[in-house]
Amino acid sequence: MKILVCIKQVPDMESKFRIDADNAWYSEDDLAWRMNEYDEYAVEQAVRLREQIGDSADLTVLTIGPDRVREMMKKALAMGCDRAFHVKDDVALRRDPFEIASLITAFAGDRGFDVIFTGMQSQDRGSAQVGVLLAEMLNIPVVTTVVNFSFADGVITVKRELEGGIKSVARMKTPALVTCQLGLNTPRYPTMPNIMKARKKEFITVNSVDLAKVDARLSTKKMYFPEKKGGLVLEGDAGKLAEQLLDILREKTMVLR
Amino acid sequence: MKALLVGEYRDGKILPSTYELVAFAQKIGAEAAMVMIGDTRTVPKFQGQLLLADAATYGEYNPDAHKKLVQEAVLRKNPDIVVLAHSSYGWDLAPRIANLLGAAQISEVIDYADGAFVVPVCNAKMRRNLKAKTAVTVVTLQAGAFGLAMEPEGTPDIEPLDIPDRVSSVELVSYEAAQKAAVDLSRADIIVSAGRGIGKKENVAMISELSEAIGGQLGASRPVVDSDWIDHSRQVGTTGQTVSPKLYIACGISGAIQHLAGMKKSEFIVAINTDRDAPISEVADVMVLADIKEFVPILIEKLKAVRRSL
Ligand SMILES: Cc1cc2nc3c(=O)[nH]c(=O)nc-3n(C[C@H](O)[C@H](O)[C@H](O)COP(=O)(O)OP(=O)(O)OC[C@H]3O[C@@H](n4cnc5c(N)ncnc54)[C@H](O)[C@@H]3O)c2cc1C
Repeated sequence: MKILVCIKQVPDMESKFRIDADNAWYSEDDLAWRMNEYDEYAVEQAVRLREQIGDSADLTVLTIGPDRVREMMKKALAMGCDRAFHVKDDVALRRDPFEIASLITAFAGDRGFDVIFTGMQSQDRGSAQVGVLLAEMLNIPVVTTVVNFSFADGVITVKRELEGGIKSVARMKTPALVTCQLGLNTPRYPTMPNIMKARKKEFITVNSVDLAKVDARLSTKKMYFPEKKGGLVLEGDAGKLAEQLLDILREKTMVLR
Repeated sequence: MKALLVGEYRDGKILPSTYELVAFAQKIGAEAAMVMIGDTRTVPKFQGQLLLADAATYGEYNPDAHKKLVQEAVLRKNPDIVVLAHSSYGWDLAPRIANLLGAAQISEVIDYADGAFVVPVCNAKMRRNLKAKTAVTVVTLQAGAFGLAMEPEGTPDIEPLDIPDRVSSVELVSYEAAQKAAVDLSRADIIVSAGRGIGKKENVAMISELSEAIGGQLGASRPVVDSDWIDHSRQVGTTGQTVSPKLYIACGISGAIQHLAGMKKSEFIVAINTDRDAPISEVADVMVLADIKEFVPILIEKLKAVRRSL
């Protein structure tokens, strides 16, 4: 069984963001970077499937991004992926979902993956498009927002999360793709021996231009910070803050009366 | 501008998000038609044309057929934009439609300004105005971003919609009903919620103590529940409970839209957070810039002292 998991590196959302000079994206300087949260669940589920199948399974992790993604890829290898495929692209974060899905399709098109995992969305864009577009371009079935996954005899059974606590159970035959939702599993922490082992694993890098040439379907008119709407902001010594807060609560709410 | 709205029908009901699509069309002044895979006995209140396919024939979750039905509706109505809710139905179906139409998709639209669609970036810390380069644009709307000013009304002109191809590569096996929450937070006057910013499981006790000291209930954001630090019956948000207490205290919660949707109607909101730009600041009446681990124990002490003196 050939398994593929597609992951993305995103900024830590607690970072202090700045808008780039062209007003079309955030500046990628001075940010802390991490694996997209949704993708951690995707990697974990891919590794679990790989473990379930055993020696006949082969798991590739793919990303598109600049050189800094190597750290994240090493983590995915240490979690249990067999091989890393890095599509080197310095403007990856600015590319729209159509471009990203097209690039992955150029890679995956003739490699015959049986099961593909992606996160349901990325934390920075939140488009929730790439996984579905990829499956559609590869012409394989896809189910999104998966919170439970099982595989047996060529059939994938999943639970989809709908609104208001409702879930649906769906089935499809492989080859197929699922997009992973938060809470699907508990992503493992790479252990020291596995981090060492990961160093010896295959790590392939290709340039995006050598993979495919795709044109964007979206254009950005501007990028900006929203106007601050919020209320009172308190800062300073914790003891004083606590007293200030209690005074406000006493005055403005029914608490402490 | 001509809009094709893709309404939502599930388990015999029209989902309320359908009316947010109508509100959006009204707001941008688009001429709207609707397409829905539903049933003739349960039609949405809508003044305009409704292209209606039968859910019993095609299935409620049969994205292969649904995308082709929408494509057929696009051929008939020739819209500039195809509009869906950014919901489990919409985000699953929209990219399939976009791919089929060769159209660009813009996800989670919150506004329309100067001919561009406005979307949030990085947990709503920034905004981006986008335009498509393709003839047709598929858009999904953030839940709650567009509301109808009045009750929906009207009776649609129904036009039956059928396609020859009904096969589905995905089979919907069943629905699982929501579990009844063991704790009903919707009745609580005061809720103190813990988010990922509390750092570790051991710190739940601290937030729990604060909630007791102030006479409230303990709530939680999703990551705290997903990590099994707090039970799901206390989760606030779109996939948890919707609450509107008199006082909501968010401890280490960034304020993602899915969390805000569950608590922004609270009467008074206090956020305790180290990040001044966290989107929770948009709804907070008071934002306390402090480290939970340092601030909360002090707050508990002061609170207890006040209580003793009452
Ligand atoms: C379909 C869908 C449904 C969802 N449903 C829900 C839902 O029902 N409910 C829900 O909550 N989420 C839901 N989510 C997840 C949501 O998108 C966010 O991921 C989640 O709300 C984030 O939780 P958080 O704020 O606790 O964590 P984070 O976003 O990680 O925020 C942590 C916050 O803590 C602050 N912080 C860190 N350290 C400290 C410290 N020492 N002191 C003070 N502050 C600190 C940080 O500045 C940050 O603002 C859903 C997502 C999807 C896609």
